Amino acid sequence: MIRKLAGVLATLLVTSFVIFGASYAAPGDPVTFLAGGKENLTPEYLAAVRAQYHLDDPFLVQFGRWLGDAVTGDLGRSTQYNDQVGDLLAARLPSTLGLVAYAAVLFVVFGIALGVLAAVRGGRTDAAVVAGTTFATSVPPFVVATVLISLFGVRLGWFPVMGGGSLWHLTLPAVTLALGALAIISRVTRQAMVEQRELDHVTVARASGLAERLIVVRHVFRGALGPIVTMCGLVTAGMLAGTVTVETAFGLSGIGSLLVNAINTHDFPVTQAVLLLMVTAYILVTTLVELVQPLIDPRARRST
Amino acid sequence: MTAVATLSPRPARPLGYLLAAAFLALVVVAAVCAPLVTPFEPDAVDFAASLAPVSPEHLLGADQSGRDLFTRILYGARTSLVGPLLLLAIASALGVALGTLAAWHRGWVDAVVSRVTDVMYAFPGLLFVVLIVAVFGNGMTTAVIALGLAYAPTIAKYTRSVALAECGKPYIDSYRVQGMGGLAICVRHLVPNMARSIVGYLVVLFGEGLMSLATLSFLGFGAQPPSSDWGLMVKEGQPAIVQGAFLPVLVPGAAIALVVVSFNVIGVRLADRMGVRGT
Amino acid sequence: MLLSVEDLTIEAGGRRPILREVSLSVGKGEVVGLVGESGSGKSTIARAVLRLLPQGATASGRVLVSGVDVLSMSPAALRDLRASQVSMIYQDPRSSLNPVRRIGDFLTERMVHTLGRPKAEARARALELLAAVGMRDPELCVRQYPHELSGGMLQRVVIAAALAADPALLLADEATSALDVTTQAETLALLRRIQAERELGMLFITHDLHLAAAYCDRVHVLYAGTVVESRPAKELFADPRHPYTAGLLACTPELGDPRPIRPIPGRPPSLDDAFTGCPFAPRCPHASAECDTWQPHPLTVAGGSAACRLVEA
Ligand SMILES: Nc1ncnc2c1ncn2[C@@H]1O[C@H](COP(=O)(O)OP(=O)(O)OP(=O)(O)O)[C@@H](O)[C@H]1O
Ligand code: SF4
Ligand SMILES: [Mg+2]
Repeated sequence: MIRKLAGVLATLLVTSFVIFGASYAAPGDPVTFLAGGKENLTPEYLAAVRAQYHLDDPFLVQFGRWLGDAVTGDLGRSTQYNDQVGDLLAARLPSTLGLVAYAAVLFVVFGIALGVLAAVRGGRTDAAVVAGTTFATSVPPFVVATVLISLFGVRLGWFPVMGGGSLWHLTLPAVTLALGALAIISRVTRQAMVEQRELDHVTVARASGLAERLIVVRHVFRGALGPIVTMCGLVTAGMLAGTVTVETAFGLSGIGSLLVNAINTHDFPVTQAVLLLMVTAYILVTTLVELVQPLIDPRARRST
Repeated sequence: MTAVATLSPRPARPLGYLLAAAFLALVVVAAVCAPLVTPFEPDAVDFAASLAPVSPEHLLGADQSGRDLFTRILYGARTSLVGPLLLLAIASALGVALGTLAAWHRGWVDAVVSRVTDVMYAFPGLLFVVLIVAVFGNGMTTAVIALGLAYAPTIAKYTRSVALAECGKPYIDSYRVQGMGGLAICVRHLVPNMARSIVGYLVVLFGEGLMSLATLSFLGFGAQPPSSDWGLMVKEGQPAIVQGAFLPVLVPGAAIALVVVSFNVIGVRLADRMGVRGT
Repeated sequence: MLLSVEDLTIEAGGRRPILREVSLSVGKGEVVGLVGESGSGKSTIARAVLRLLPQGATASGRVLVSGVDVLSMSPAALRDLRASQVSMIYQDPRSSLNPVRRIGDFLTERMVHTLGRPKAEARARALELLAAVGMRDPELCVRQYPHELSGGMLQRVVIAAALAADPALLLADEATSALDVTTQAETLALLRRIQAERELGMLFITHDLHLAAAYCDRVHVLYAGTVVESRPAKELFADPRHPYTAGLLACTPELGDPRPIRPIPGRPPSLDDAFTGCPFAPRCPHASAECDTWQPHPLTVAGGSAACRLVEA
C-alpha cells in the first residue's frame, strides 16, 4: 500500500519534471520560449518572465519552485490571455468534466450492454457487435465528430451545431467521445463473459437448477466484473486527453480546446498547466482503479 | 501513450481480407499515379467551383476554394500514408533496438528501458506527442518524429517479449558457444528471426499511427496548409458544414476510415497467421 | 427405483459413443459405486442424470428419476429436478464455488433463487447444514469467501449445499479425489453418515475399485463407455468375473496382499478408438480371436452381470 503510493508519487514527480523540463529542450533561450516566442519583447517583460520562472536559479531549484507553486494552485500567468492560468482552468474545467461524465455514462451503459448481448446471444448478434466495434475503433473521433455534425446537426437539425452549455449541446460531443471507449468496453465485456461462462462453478450453479438469467447475472457477469470495471476506469482516465480532439471538433470551450489554442499561440504556461492537470488526473484515476479491485474481487484483498 | 491494438477476437474472413488488400493497393497506385488519374492540381484554386457538388468534372466535389476533392485525396494519400510509414520506421528502429537490448542484457538496461516506458505510458492518449509539438513547434516533421518516439516504447515492449522467448531457444546458445559476440548474434540472427512477428505487429499499428497523425493534423499540429493531408482537409472543410456542404469533410473522413479499417482487417489476419500477440 | 438408467447411449461425434447402452440403478438408501479409468465416461453418466450433456451430443435410452424420464422432461420439471431432487458433489471443491461470492451465498442461492424460500429461513437452514457437516463456526463460515477455506472445508460446504434442498439422490463424482488422505477419510465418513441418516440414494463415482468395494453396496465397472461388470461389492471384490475388473484389483496393491502387482498393459482407449468386438480385447490377458468379433452384452453371473465372452462359455 505504502509502496504503491510512493510509486504513484514518484511517477507524478517524474512526469511533472518532464513537463517542466520540456521548455529547456526547446531550441533557443527559454526566456523567449516561455514568453511566447514573440519577436518584439520588451526587456522589462523578459525580466518579469525571468523573475516569474526564477530563471536565474539553478535548474532543480526552479523545478522545485514551479512544482511547489503548481501544488498550491499557482500555475503562472498566461502569455496569451494575461490571466492567471489557474483561473482559466477553473473556468473551463466544469464543461470538460461534464462532457467526460456524460460520455462515461454513455460508454459504460451501452458498452456493457452490447458486450453482454454479444456474449449471451452469440451467433449473428455477436458477429454484428464484433464487426461494429472493429469499425468503431477504426474511425478517429474527429471524423466521427464531423459526420455527426453534418448528419444530426445540419442535415437533420436535431442538435445545435456549435457551442456548449446544455446537456443537449453536449450530446453529440459526448457520443463522439464515448464511441471508441464503447467499442473497447463491449469487447472486454464480451471476452470476460465468454471466459467466465466456461468455469466449473457456472456449471455447478446450472446443475443446481438456477435459471439461466440468474446464472448470467449472478455468476457470469459478476465474475467478469473485475476486468470490466478496470477497463472502464482506465478508459475514463484517458478520456480527459480525448477531449482535446472532441472539444476542438465541436468548438467547445473546455480545457481540451484550451490546450490546442495554447499550443497554437505558444502559450507555454497554459500548455504546461493543462498537461500537468491531465496527466495527474490520469495517474490518480488509474491508481484509484487499482485500489477498487479488492472490493470487486475478494481474492485481491489478501495481498493489500 | 496507450496503444490499444484493435484486434478483433475472430479471424477476419478471407473475403474481407482480399477486399481490404485490393482497396489499399488501389489507393497506393492511385496516389503514385495521381497526375495521370486526374487533370487537376491539388492546390489549384477555382472560386467558380467553390463547394461544387459531385459531377463528372469534380468526381467528389470541390472545397470552399474550389479545389477538386478527388485530386486532393489522391495527392493527400501520399502524405497520409508516407507519414505513418516514417513514424513507424522511427518507432521500430528505436523500439526494436531498445527491446532487443533489454531482453539481451536484462539487468539495469532492462530496468531503465521499462522505467522510461512507464513514464511515457503515464501520458494518456496523444499528450506526450502534444508536449513535444508544443516545445518544438507545429509541423509534419515534428509530428512524425514525436509520434515515432511515442510509439517506440510499445514496440520495445513487444520486441522484448518476443526476444525473450527467442533467446530461450537453443540456437542462440550454440552461437554463443561458438564464440560469436552478443551484437553479432543480435543483429545477424536474433532480429531477423523476430522480423516476421514484428512486421505483423507493425501492420496492426499502422492504422493506429495513421489515425494519430491525422488527428494531429486536424488539431493543426501536423501537416500545414496548403498540404492536402487528409486530417488537415477535414479541419479545413469544417466551416463548410454549416453551409450544408458535407463533401469537404466527409470525403477525407471516409478515406481515413476506409484505409484504417483495411489495415486493421489485414493486421488482424496477419496477427492471426503469425501468432502476433495483442497488447 | 430412485434412479434407473436404461440403455443410455451418448454420442458426441467421436469414432465411438461416449457411453454405449449403459444400464444401472440406485434405490433409496443404497450406495452404488461407479468405477473406471479416466475417460471411461463416469462423469458423463452423472451429468446425464441432470441432463447436462456434452455440447452437441445426442442421447438415446432413458434416465428415470423416480420414474420420470430426465431426457425428455419439460424445462420447468428439469429445473425442479436439479433444484430439489438430485444433487451433485464435484471432484474439485475449489472450482465448484464462485470465488467472488460468500459461502453463505453459495449455500442459500438454490433455496432463495430457485425454490423461492425467504432469505432468513434459507440462512438459518444454511447454518444448520454447516453444523451438520461438522463446520466448527457456521456463523463465521457463511461470511467467508472460498479462498479463505481449505479444500477439505470447502468440500464440506459443497456437501452442505448439496443437502440444501433435501434431495433424494446424491451424485458424488470423485468427491474426495482432490483432497489429501486424512481429509479424504473424514469426508468419506461424513458422506456415509449423512447418506445413512437421510436414507439417500447415492451414486458414488471413483477410480479406486478397492474404495468402491469397501464403501458401496453394489458396484458397476465401466470401460470405454460400457458397463463391463455389475455386482454386489463383496462378491465383486472376492471373485471378479470380468478380466478388466480382475486387472483393476491386481494393479492396486492392498496392504499385506502377497500377490504381485500387475498393471493392466496398454492405455485406456480414447474416443478415437473404435471397436469391432469386445473393447477390452487389446489389453485383455484372456483375449482370443473370437473376442474381436464378439459383441459384448451383460451375461448373468452370481449376484449380477458381466460382459465377457468367457462367462458365457
Ligand atoms: N463436452 C464433451 N464433448 C465431447 N467429448 C466429451 C465431452 N466431455 C467429455 N467428453 C469425452 O467423454 C469421455 C468420457 O469423459 P468423462 O469425463 O465422463 O470421463 P470420466 O470417466 O469422468 O474421467 P475422469 O476420471 O477423468 O473424470 C472422454 O473421452 C471425454 O473426452
Ligand atoms: S470378451 Fe474376450 S477380450 Fe473381452 S474381456 Fe472377455 S476375454 Fe477379454
Ligand atoms: Mg470425471
